[in-house]
Amino acid sequence: MRYQVKEKLVSLGILAPSIMAIGVFVYGFIGRTIQVSLTDWNDIVSFMQGEFEFVGLENYFRLFNDTRFITGLWNNLFFMLFFILGALALGIMMAVFINDKPRGHFIFQNIYLFPMAVSFVVTGTVWRWIFAPGSPRSPRGINMLFFQLGRPELMWEWFTSTFSIGPFNIALVTIIIAAVWQFSGYTMAMWLAGLRGIPEQLIEAARIDGASKWQIFTRILFPMQKAITLSAVILLAHISLKAFDLVYVMTGSGPRNVTDIPAVYMYETTFRGNNYSRGAGISIILLMMVGILIIPYLVNTFREE
Amino acid sequence: MQDYGKFKYLVYLILFVLTLFFLLPMYVLFATSFKSFAEVSRQAMWLLPSEYTLAAFGEAYARLIPHLRNSLVLVIPSTLISAMLGSLNGYVLSEWKFRGSDTIFALLLFGMFIPYQSILVPLVRFLQSIGLYGSLQGLIFVHIVYGIPITTLIFRNYYADVPSSLTEAAKVDGAGIFRVYSKIFFPISIPAFVVVIIWQFTNIWNEFLFAVTITQTPAQQPITVALNNLAGSQVVQWNVQMSGAILTALPTLLVYIIFGRYFIRGILAGSAKG
Repeated sequence: MRYQVKEKLVSLGILAPSIMAIGVFVYGFIGRTIQVSLTDWNDIVSFMQGEFEFVGLENYFRLFNDTRFITGLWNNLFFMLFFILGALALGIMMAVFINDKPRGHFIFQNIYLFPMAVSFVVTGTVWRWIFAPGSPRSPRGINMLFFQLGRPELMWEWFTSTFSIGPFNIALVTIIIAAVWQFSGYTMAMWLAGLRGIPEQLIEAARIDGASKWQIFTRILFPMQKAITLSAVILLAHISLKAFDLVYVMTGSGPRNVTDIPAVYMYETTFRGNNYSRGAGISIILLMMVGILIIPYLVNTFREE
Repeated sequence: MQDYGKFKYLVYLILFVLTLFFLLPMYVLFATSFKSFAEVSRQAMWLLPSEYTLAAFGEAYARLIPHLRNSLVLVIPSTLISAMLGSLNGYVLSEWKFRGSDTIFALLLFGMFIPYQSILVPLVRFLQSIGLYGSLQGLIFVHIVYGIPITTLIFRNYYADVPSSLTEAAKVDGAGIFRVYSKIFFPISIPAFVVVIIWQFTNIWNEFLFAVTITQTPAQQPITVALNNLAGSQVVQWNVQMSGAILTALPTLLVYIIFGRYFIRGILAGSAKG
């Protein structure tokens, strides 16, 4: 008995530094950020002196009346939607094909996955070069390609376009393409790992019964991979809310905030504009959106165990 | 593959087109960075260089080398320390479970999903108060703390597969926590250490948000921040910038090429399912 008590104390002792670190730096700091979001710390002087007054939910009310924030929320929503659809469709297709072991499948797989090893700062730099519109007289990037191919009518403003369909700013298409490029390998890797767990006999039996490739996919593979697909959706959604680096490096907030997202607004208003309380408010709204996605996911994962 | 029938060629065509899409940014990087500044003209921007030169690399290297060094100084200690912490945590949480240990694990895990914006303001104030704001040491500290959830997760899932028959005997003989760890767990941990070290190395090297908020002076900035600043200079020298991008990407790409298998294990571990 004394042995068990001692071992338990030692276990706790090993975990203690991490528990304290996460307790303070995650939960404590989130609490502190909530507190900041309820104050009037919106200039550098009061911030440095640590003087503040509580203003209740005023920062939040102001945010929801702030065009830039609302535009950013819509942008993030559309970005999330199309990013998830694109990364899922491409990733699942790549996984299914590669799982059937075409010649050179190992090379294909490695090429589709390598963007995940590269920094957003690098890929953002390259995609900015590719999508930079230039001007009609002296086009750049893809526009230059259209121009040289004799199709100047295809040229458009890419990420500087202020055209929108309803609340959807089409400039976002450029960021969606870059993000899908970077993350479809993620869906592919998750799906491939799942596909390898599906017993060969099951597919074989269906094939003998005359099922087509497409039927095998829709009736067997997809239903069996539902849990994995749902995980991928949740993880991609949470990535899209946190995709600060890509947007910040590639386009910034853009003309009339066409490519702005709350993560970028938060950074700029906090660290460029010294609006600490407003920035804190944005980050708490982001945290709540991530929490809505991730907490049920974590609870569910642990229940399965 | 044979049961695709005549669609087989369509599949190969799709795989090939996708390959072009995935390699397009790589083409742009290489085509642009080997050009001279005179040749980065608009007309030939999509063409391969007519004359290959390393001039752009030379300039990018000269401007980025201090930051490459900063990134190494940042990545090595934070990767090793967070791997060690994760190994010990994962060991205790899988082998010495106690009431509430699963809850503790879940609470730790949440830390890897939060948007880091939500802790950034208090973090900056904290680092200011202990005098580490603006320094690489501060950034190392931050990466160790926020690396705890993922490293703990990978090790815990890895140790969960260790058969209990292996440890029961040692426990009966009266071996304590540290003995069981050093005699049984640590020696079999090498694959998990490789996964964790590669994952942390790649992520910390590539990280931008913490780096740009915490390091203020150019002398302390890691490579990702320096690369982004290259873009901010007056005339955009695309050849220098693309060379800089290659220099930034090279270490993690090499790791990916050499240890791809372990990198995939890290990716899958990040989805929280073991």
